[in-house]
Amino acid sequence: MKRFSALFSAIDQSTKTTVKTKALAEFFATAPDEDKLWTIALFSGRRPKRAVTTTQLREWAAEVAGIPLWLLEESYPIVGDLAETIALILPEATQTSDHSLSHWINTLHALHDIPAEDRKAQILAAWDQLDPTERFLFNKLITGGFRIGVSRKLMTRALAQATGQDEAELAHKLMGDWTPATTTYASLIEADDPAAAQSRPYPFYLAHQLEDAPENLGAPSDWQAEWKWDGIRGQLIIRDEHHLWSRGEELITDRFPEFARARDFLPKGTVLDGEIVTWDGTAPMPFSTLQPRITRKTVPKKLLKEAPVILLAYDLLEHQGQDIRNQPLEQRRAALETLLDAMSSDAPVRASPAITFDSWENLKALRQTSREMRAEGLMLKRKASPYLAGRKKGDWWKWKLDPLTIDAVMIYAQQGHGRRANLFTDFTFAVWKGNELVPFTKAYSGLTDKEFAQITAWVRRNTQARFGPVRQVTPEHVFEIAFEGIQASPRHKSGIALRFPRMARWRQDKPVQEANTLDDLHAMLATYG
Amino acid sequence: MRAPVLTFTDHGIYCPAGDFYIDPWRPVSRALITHGHSDHARPGMGSYLATDAALPIIRHRLGEITAEGIPYGETRRIGGASVSFHPAGHIPGSAQIRVEVAGEVWVASGDYKVLPDGLSEAFEPVPCHSFITESTFGLPVFRWPDQTEVAREMTAWWAANAAAGLTTFLGAYSLGKAQRLLRMLEPIGPILTHGAVEASNAVLRAQGYDLLETLPVTPDLDVKAHPGALVLAPPSALGSQWARRFGKGSTGFASGWMRLRGVRRRRSVDRGFVVSDHADWDDLHQAIKATGAENIYVTHGYTDIFTRHLIDQGYNAQVVPTQFGETEEEPA
Repeated sequence: MKRFSALFSAIDQSTKTTVKTKALAEFFATAPDEDKLWTIALFSGRRPKRAVTTTQLREWAAEVAGIPLWLLEESYPIVGDLAETIALILPEATQTSDHSLSHWINTLHALHDIPAEDRKAQILAAWDQLDPTERFLFNKLITGGFRIGVSRKLMTRALAQATGQDEAELAHKLMGDWTPATTTYASLIEADDPAAAQSRPYPFYLAHQLEDAPENLGAPSDWQAEWKWDGIRGQLIIRDEHHLWSRGEELITDRFPEFARARDFLPKGTVLDGEIVTWDGTAPMPFSTLQPRITRKTVPKKLLKEAPVILLAYDLLEHQGQDIRNQPLEQRRAALETLLDAMSSDAPVRASPAITFDSWENLKALRQTSREMRAEGLMLKRKASPYLAGRKKGDWWKWKLDPLTIDAVMIYAQQGHGRRANLFTDFTFAVWKGNELVPFTKAYSGLTDKEFAQITAWVRRNTQARFGPVRQVTPEHVFEIAFEGIQASPRHKSGIALRFPRMARWRQDKPVQEANTLDDLHAMLATYG
Repeated sequence: MRAPVLTFTDHGIYCPAGDFYIDPWRPVSRALITHGHSDHARPGMGSYLATDAALPIIRHRLGEITAEGIPYGETRRIGGASVSFHPAGHIPGSAQIRVEVAGEVWVASGDYKVLPDGLSEAFEPVPCHSFITESTFGLPVFRWPDQTEVAREMTAWWAANAAAGLTTFLGAYSLGKAQRLLRMLEPIGPILTHGAVEASNAVLRAQGYDLLETLPVTPDLDVKAHPGALVLAPPSALGSQWARRFGKGSTGFASGWMRLRGVRRRRSVDRGFVVSDHADWDDLHQAIKATGAENIYVTHGYTDIFTRHLIDQGYNAQVVPTQFGETEEEPA
């Protein structure tokens, strides 16, 4: 654990990517294979199977620290991380040890095979021989969510530096549903396992939000536009079998049985990138109808009928068994259309239309019609662009519609956690209904650190009542709330629910009486819901 | 029933028997001041009373004021109250204020730190019936590491930066924390100071506090003539135009908040050093116990949680409604 802990500290103590990459590359060049494999797994979102619950961890930690459980529970949201909270409250260790990362992970795995009542002693023994940083990391192995400032991209780059392999090729090898239990460092990184390659998706190419005027992108003839659908990104693989991957690299084949039929329509050796949307036969249905499909691991017949999905495909990554990501978009698009045009209209895959346009002016006008098309805006893709891995600037842009906005009054505030501990960052907003303020949304983001500090000082001085961690404040400040969508929701007092609400601006110029009303919100619901 | 010795008003802590306020946040005629930080010593009071050791800084910060100094431990009669000032260990000159009326004793702690820092007058427990305590770090996750070890790490970081040709930027509150760091660090290279830090240094040195040699950063200072320097500045100056002239560097911040990874990441500093001018969880409890007080009033920080825990421990504890704002530099 000492070597892994030193790696963590080196990464954690720097805000510079080059320093982090170098530390990781050194680790990959020197650590034992088993530790390397686990490090790759942890930094790509995989974690050991949980053998104790976080509830048990909390109880045991409070007991060892000699504090009541409620005090640990109150401290946790302020620290923002359970593993860290526990590491901070435990008394100093009485022993030391020099076991490897893999040793501790194997210890955790072994807990599955011993009686539940014996697991506590093992965890306590571990705590008592680890230093504070090691303890934090050990707890992290149990609680999961290894977000410590190392992106998968950074980890892949470091691995490329350490092994001398091509970064894009490595990124592809690391895709899929492997775990350290199903593979070894040698077969994952050094050899290429053909069985694993069968279901392995390509890394998704992600677009940046367009900030500049589109005119700066150059000639319209160099660009292709597409509707930006409001579904979930998916990669459909047709090889010996079919596989469907989400952008979060989750295998979601079973949740969307519609795509089994794709094998009847598409040849083996086809990989499509597109948007999974619910489909009414001619157009996508609202995102809210897709939500139950995303969460259900098995789909009841009724739901399948009410909310059928299709893939609106916009890219072809593998054609006739060949990886064609390096071909220009224009060629990939032509191949995609040839492949899909021949398909029957009830097939679960359709080509998302490519929009050609002769002037940016015309495209701007078209973009304004996005909501009628059930789209969030447009995508702009350079016709000459290869299909890259990850979020890269230059060739692909999302050009979303301006968000909907409403001016609302802040009525409750709560402290943030993690990075934002000791600042008030979580607010509840209300609109007027006559003389009454009706809460309708929460928002956490959009202000600068300076604004959060300013509002924090104000909240402390203007607290009217406390409900646990929540403070009711004097209704005095108006914020412009931006959001992407609005839906009717009987669960909320206001009768509506917003999609992606955030604070667009602090309207210090606006008196509280001039905030919007519940009627305004319902009018927006009627127009955009 | 008799009026309480101290009450909590919209102007601050008030003593009816002596007709004075402690650390008031709005103008009043007579103010007793625990220490010189700007959220405790505010402008606009008719008269000020503070320890002899705290007064030079208060005068320096507030300009022309009517003020009087008092030695630690000396009792003074104000109206029907007897008051005395006792070391709080927070920063040089800081005091807890003891107020006695007809045999009943209250102590307002101001901010305090039990751990000796080699600079501030060492904290002294003052027996009382009612104790007004701060709780800036009143959570069990705040426990301060061994300060000798922290000092060693800080100096080692500086040395490593110097060896790599980097400037070392150390952020700290300009009154108290900065001077304490000037006792903790080993002088392995030149120490350059921001004007705000140096102003406090000058006042404290004139009082006889012994600090490491420093070089004030002035517009005509030749930065290149001081390779391997450590730049000591308030956090707000780091990452600003002011800091750019020193070229590439590594940034650290010394504060109790650095105990939390999340806060350190929010500040985007490379290194966080857990050095606080406040009592940690264990020391808050120890200090409260040492007063022998039954009634505990809690202000500043995690007041709700800390108060609930004190009640669990059998104290008669309550939260003081406070209007104390955050100071601009988050001094903890």
